[in-house]
Amino acid sequence: MANWVPLWLHKLGSPPIFYRFAGIVRPWALTLAILAAAVALYGGLVLAPADYQQGDAYRIIFIHVPSAWMSLFIYGAMAVAAFVGLVWRIKIAEIVAMESAPIGAAFTFITLVTGSLWGKPMWGTWWTWDARLTSELVLLFLYIGVIGLYHSFEDRRQGARAASFLVLIGIVNVPIVHFSVNWWYTLHQGSTVRLVGPSRIDASMLWPLLTMMAATKLYYVASLFARVRAELIASEGGKEWVRAIALGEDARS
Amino acid sequence: MNPTRKRRLIIVTSVVVAAAIAIGLTVFALQQNMNYLFTPSQVQGGQATQYKTFRLGGMVKAGSIQRASDSLKVSFIVVDAAGAMPVEYTGILPDLFRDNQSVIASGRMDGARFIATEVLAKHDETYMPKELKDAMAKAHENRKIDEAAAKDPSP
Repeated sequence: MANWVPLWLHKLGSPPIFYRFAGIVRPWALTLAILAAAVALYGGLVLAPADYQQGDAYRIIFIHVPSAWMSLFIYGAMAVAAFVGLVWRIKIAEIVAMESAPIGAAFTFITLVTGSLWGKPMWGTWWTWDARLTSELVLLFLYIGVIGLYHSFEDRRQGARAASFLVLIGIVNVPIVHFSVNWWYTLHQGSTVRLVGPSRIDASMLWPLLTMMAATKLYYVASLFARVRAELIASEGGKEWVRAIALGEDARS
Repeated sequence: MNPTRKRRLIIVTSVVVAAAIAIGLTVFALQQNMNYLFTPSQVQGGQATQYKTFRLGGMVKAGSIQRASDSLKVSFIVVDAAGAMPVEYTGILPDLFRDNQSVIASGRMDGARFIATEVLAKHDETYMPKELKDAMAKAHENRKIDEAAAKDPSP
């Protein structure tokens, strides 16, 4: 491996450098996220044709499916950060893991609500206890548990360590959510978009979906970086680099 | 890697592996109870006898839907690859309910009939425009016949 990669990663582990890096990336990620979401919504709600069997009601997939992907993706990212934080005690990794949880919880909540709104006209019920729906609900509870455990400690880093263990134990649920529709008979249908083999969706409907997926990923980056920056300032309060930033802000106003 | 980190790495990894094994075994043990539904052939094979009420899943047999003229009573036949079961239901059906639709009915057995208290439609994972569907309808029909022929092995 090239030598600069670990060096660069090592540098990012330093709070002031990460703070600056996140400050540069965040506005770009947010702008691109809004643009991509606007394009995807126009493509999905206006350009894409109605579905042969669900009519216009299927258009909720442009919110529901990317949110569901993000609910799992963020959990994965949070678990990687928690693992790095637990083993190497890198402060940034702990903060990234802990600040990911509320964003992931929000996406999981959106997934459950939109799915419920969709379920009523299509299936005939708001909610049912099948494996996919139940495991996604467990995912929401895991996120809430992580947030709660983190904040129940006086010492932030101790809280992060305890919550990181919960994150890593809960990772078992992620493959269960993903494969639940294959492992058991469920009311929820199987996967439409597949990495292996052809997707079961027309190209005119697929591209807005993938654009929205990019938008949600970028939004996650923007939201996460804003949260991490705020948390860094709060936890590194007395340090020299924070004081320098505060003085700069004072001079500007 | 220094010894402290190595020790932490081993502890964290073993906690995750232990949790995965524990949950994996639990899920495996619950496998029998976690099935959301039974298919007609499973019911006829006696797999649902221990349940007073359960869910029956399958496809609505084409042409089997009969609606009563003076009430909301509907009767139809739910089929899977190897079985068929008559179902009776009184109430409002979801929009997607029709011939060849996958449905899930909850209720109980009454002799050989299944009396449903709730009927849900299961939509599939395919999304396409209507025009495309019409154009592909014929090809689909042919494929269905091929699949049915392939799925019909004499044991």
